[in-house]
Amino acid sequence: MSTLLYSDVEEELRASVRQALARTAGGVSSGGDPAGDGWAGSDAWRALAGGIGCAALAIPEDRGGAGASWREVAVVAEEVGRAAAPVPWLGAVLGTAALLSCDAVDLLPKVASADLLAVLVLPLSTPPGAPVPAAVRADGGTLTGTVTSVADAHAADLLIVPTPDGLYAVDAARATLTPVTALDQTRPLSTVTFTSAPATLLGDAERAAAAWTSALRVGAAILAAEQLGVADWCLASTVDYVKTRYQFARPVGSFQAVKHRLAQLWVEVTQARAVARYAAGCLADADPDAAVAASLAQAHCAPVAVRAAEECVQLHGGIGFTWEHRAHWYLKRAKSSAIALGTPAQHRALLGELVDLPPR
Amino acid sequence: MQTDELSGRVRDLLAEHDPASTDRLEFLRARFDAGLAWVSFPAGLGGLGLPRAAQQAVDAALVQAGAPDNDPMRIGIGLGMAAPTILRHGTDEQRQRWLRPLWTGEEVWCQLFSEPGAGSDLAALGTRAVRGVGPDGVEGWTVNGQKVWTSMAHEARWAILLARTDPDLPKHQGLTYFVCDMTAPGVEVRPLRQITGEAEFNEVFLTDVWIPDAHRLGAVGEGWRVAQTTLMNERVAIGGGAVPREAGMIGALARTWRERPESRGPGTHDGLMRLWVAAEAGRLAATRLREQLAAGAPGAEGSAVKYAYARLNQEVSGFELELLGEEGLRYDDWTMRRPSIVDWENRTPGYRYLRAKGNSIEGGTSEILCNIIAERVLGLPTEPRADKDVAWKDLPR
Repeated sequence: MSTLLYSDVEEELRASVRQALARTAGGVSSGGDPAGDGWAGSDAWRALAGGIGCAALAIPEDRGGAGASWREVAVVAEEVGRAAAPVPWLGAVLGTAALLSCDAVDLLPKVASADLLAVLVLPLSTPPGAPVPAAVRADGGTLTGTVTSVADAHAADLLIVPTPDGLYAVDAARATLTPVTALDQTRPLSTVTFTSAPATLLGDAERAAAAWTSALRVGAAILAAEQLGVADWCLASTVDYVKTRYQFARPVGSFQAVKHRLAQLWVEVTQARAVARYAAGCLADADPDAAVAASLAQAHCAPVAVRAAEECVQLHGGIGFTWEHRAHWYLKRAKSSAIALGTPAQHRALLGELVDLPPR
Repeated sequence: MQTDELSGRVRDLLAEHDPASTDRLEFLRARFDAGLAWVSFPAGLGGLGLPRAAQQAVDAALVQAGAPDNDPMRIGIGLGMAAPTILRHGTDEQRQRWLRPLWTGEEVWCQLFSEPGAGSDLAALGTRAVRGVGPDGVEGWTVNGQKVWTSMAHEARWAILLARTDPDLPKHQGLTYFVCDMTAPGVEVRPLRQITGEAEFNEVFLTDVWIPDAHRLGAVGEGWRVAQTTLMNERVAIGGGAVPREAGMIGALARTWRERPESRGPGTHDGLMRLWVAAEAGRLAATRLREQLAAGAPGAEGSAVKYAYARLNQEVSGFELELLGEEGLRYDDWTMRRPSIVDWENRTPGYRYLRAKGNSIEGGTSEILCNIIAERVLGLPTEPRADKDVAWKDLPR
């Protein structure tokens, strides 16, 4: 097993990403809509994908990429989660994983240089192990059908569409995108409709199935890193708050009833870090344990992020329930992320099959 | 030191002391003298001054060669707590005298810290050490008091002891750390029976026990600071062993699940998988902590591993007992015994359920661990305290 610690290079990457996200996130006025006017979302994405080169991380050098690994991608996801940034990182990760799986040599260099954002078209709630959906049908080089709750499609240049017949690419301009009013305001969702949209075949049914499986696994593991970032922010901001909030002439953080809750949360976040690192490491090393690691990461990190966000709201007291305070972004992001790419219960059921602990 | 140089040392040891024909103790002494006992210790004290990470390869090579081990479970208190404290705070003579037989297991160690009146509030302990001169003209201390929860006291040759040397100072300042000879006159060990029916630990009564001043560890009044080394290492030792997936109680539960399909009642599968996930998360967190430790000394983070381990053991054993249904109503044996290790594996789930209740009490209660994490890791303020600047003798009790 590779190390569960962060390398110096990863820490440098983290610092760059954090700085880039802080610069753009700083533009959000308090009281504003996190995904609305105040947030220069596209600037943040350009800085992240192209400026720092995050889009190239997972792509090998001979495909125009940086030849890093999913480990570095996970570090970026941690920072995206920490900022609850409405950047299409998860969509990009899913798209890149699908393109890598079918080795799309023409597209990968453009994705790596951030000239092309390719997003995988699937309902965000799809769990690993789900069959390739039949909602979209291919017919004579065109696609027809509707996919609901697609994350990050609004930002995409190219839509990667899995169908039972094969994996297709569609120019985003040839699809109809209808924005969904989402619980999580920091991860925009769309309904994507294709009506005889011209499509390019990227791989046959077999390759489509492989790309589907790979993308869902990568997505689950990288989402766990994002959940770690969400949880870490919630814990840190709550700890800061209870040190400065006085009631009964004491900081509320000096009461054991509060301290113990935060200590327990810290234990869970510490475990989440180890679990998320393990999953990213398994992806990077193509470890045979990757499927177990990805579902383990979702089964653990998703509920930890939710609990951290719920504790953040509760321990901030009155201010934590207001639109003005950022806590609600994280609560919404955490809860939606716990449904994304499989609920914790779905991942536990999947793990049961993977580790020979059958339900009956 | 290069990896091949280290494996060369292992080869030399095995060549000069063939495990197949060498007496066990002789081999262990030779291993210590070759610096291969604990490679992170200094040269001359069983180590080579290498990073902790180098130990794994040495252990693996020696296991493969069929070399005897030092029965680490039996001497866990010595290895995990006394040794790091002696190394950090002991004099050269003390290190030379105690570390070698400690590591080989020739001399078993126990810990005389907790008292009936000082559990979580360990610094309030009342065992008194009074300075004096012995009949032979040697300086030393006369110790009186009662200790409790002392594992292995009935087999131990030495104890690490925390005693009060100045009751006029506030409680943390008046403590001194000693090494107590368990064979000295005035040391009386009585088994203390626990909820499992057996007696892993003891009460220890100290009546006019004489401890030479040469057996003091650290300066007079510095006992609390010295004890921190012991306690931080204890929590790592309790929670932090390197283990494969499904080791420990979760392994027993998984075995029950696989071998007895009839136990898979309604609603149990998700419960099982929740525990499996929690066990794996705890195991990976402990692995990650060990990687961090390889670079430095244990900190408050060890408390997290110990906290999680206690909670998991209790949940897993409670779950398994219910899973077994009618069989869960039975218990294997209430006979009073004095085991030297905890036999998680071969006892029944009922025993595991009861024994696990001790996990959140021994080595710092889970509540104290939460305080440690909150204050030392998260930097949260302490509760207002009434005992900080008051002389120990004036504290309410």
